[in-house]
Amino acid sequence: MKNRVANWFRFASPQNFYPLAGRLWPLFAMLGTVLAGIGLWMSFFVAPTDAQQGEGYRIIFVHVPVSWMSMFIYLVMATWAGLGLIFNTRLSGMMATALAPTGALCAFLSLWTGALWGKPMWGTYWVWDARLTSELILLFLYLGFMALQAAIDDPRRADKAGAVLALVGVINVPIIYFSVKWWNTLHQGASVSLTRSPSMATTMLWGMLIMSLAIWMYTIAVALARVRCIILERERHADWVRHAVE
Amino acid sequence: MQWNSAAEFFAMGGYGVFVWGSFGMTVLAFVLEVWLIRRRRAAALQAIRDERADGASGSR
Amino acid sequence: MSTAGPPQGAPVNEAATSSGGSVFVAVVRREIALAMRQKGDVLTPLFFFVIVASLFPLGVGPEVQLLARMAPGVLWVGALLAAMLSLQRLFAADHADGSLEQMAISGTPLTLIVCAKVLAHFLLSGLPLVLIAPVLGIQFGLDARALGILTLTLLVGTPTLSLIGGIGAALTLGVRGGGVLLSLLTLPLYIPVLIFGAGAVEADAAGLGVSAHFSLMGALLLLTGLFAPFATTIALRISLE
Repeated sequence: MKNRVANWFRFASPQNFYPLAGRLWPLFAMLGTVLAGIGLWMSFFVAPTDAQQGEGYRIIFVHVPVSWMSMFIYLVMATWAGLGLIFNTRLSGMMATALAPTGALCAFLSLWTGALWGKPMWGTYWVWDARLTSELILLFLYLGFMALQAAIDDPRRADKAGAVLALVGVINVPIIYFSVKWWNTLHQGASVSLTRSPSMATTMLWGMLIMSLAIWMYTIAVALARVRCIILERERHADWVRHAVE
Repeated sequence: MQWNSAAEFFAMGGYGVFVWGSFGMTVLAFVLEVWLIRRRRAAALQAIRDERADGASGSR
Repeated sequence: MSTAGPPQGAPVNEAATSSGGSVFVAVVRREIALAMRQKGDVLTPLFFFVIVASLFPLGVGPEVQLLARMAPGVLWVGALLAAMLSLQRLFAADHADGSLEQMAISGTPLTLIVCAKVLAHFLLSGLPLVLIAPVLGIQFGLDARALGILTLTLLVGTPTLSLIGGIGAALTLGVRGGGVLLSLLTLPLYIPVLIFGAGAVEADAAGLGVSAHFSLMGALLLLTGLFAPFATTIALRISLE
């Protein structure tokens, strides 16, 4: 029994994790592709036309998933970073660094698709509603994390500094969301809100769920592929890397 | 959900620009991301090979 | 000159054997003494605040009603930006001459020293902003009541800015592109304080109470006061490794 546990812990070393990640990411990529196929089919061929928003509402099948993922990835990123800080494991920090770009991308896509949804529905590309504004701030938090890590040369220091920033950010995200919601209701009264989505048919909910899962699988695949790059970059002086590259 | 024709599908009830602008940008973003990772991997492997070559041929 | 001579100001090591309270006071006094020798460091962010506040009327026109509506937001944003300028000084000078490391390895808990530095930062940069803000508020046509509320929000809010800013300053210590990076990291974290601070004046003008705003700002101050020094200490140790 103790042996089994010890066996799992050996993957905490970059040397052992590298080949594991190499075998895993194609699986997740495949899963993501299949789920995306199903999700897109549901988005366009199963979900019915909406009574109020016509066909334009179909944007939610990509807007909501990327929004959820942008927040979920931040949470996972902060968790990995925190683990790296507490247990001083190199790989944990690398995973956090590997996740950040995808999270930032999802935040950006959330804003982009939100703007394209807002324009036909509510007349403007940008609406200062609580969710979009919080999403913008989340993008800033991602960019700050990435900028800080890029500015620090020593990878270990960069990991730890990023971890502190990510943890402070995670605590702040609910506070920021609450304050923005507060600000929004104070200034808008009868609010134009993107949260007032069409009443959900079950197919719509399923569509969003499956698309979210698809992006989740994609994120894992991409993060594993990226962490392999990071491992190669940081461990390039190690013997095992030279042998692995042959 | 029945689409009567391909044209209707692409028009999306008049919202075509917005719907395809959203899905399109998403696909583009993910494709770009994958491409960038591939490039990063190639650069990392090349750097390792270069260093090995320096080591093998090199005496300073 | 490899190792610097005794750090500027009062040698902190001697105080390490005394109680935490006296070390705290010693550090605050040292910060103030150092700032007084370089008055520019304190005055420049203040002038920046004044200039930025004056730019907005030039940009949007002198219409009194518009300016009065904008004033709380503009002055609060100005305060955030001025805080950014002064935060770089928080640890950088001591880091450069080695006294920060001395403080870290002295017997005194680093968190205590961090608290003292943050308090000094508030006294040197937050408090002057609080004192100048009413004058600028008059430029924007705020009435006495609004001025009072604005000043009070700044008084309650600027300590929070110093506390949160300490984390950013510690993380970016000695890092490339420090000042701008510091702003990029810290400004998003300032947003709740900004919203509640500027919002209080407007809420009062609209006839809704300000108690909620002040309660929330007080809660933020408490929360930050409890956690930010620890986060700053951890960040400092990471930067000093």
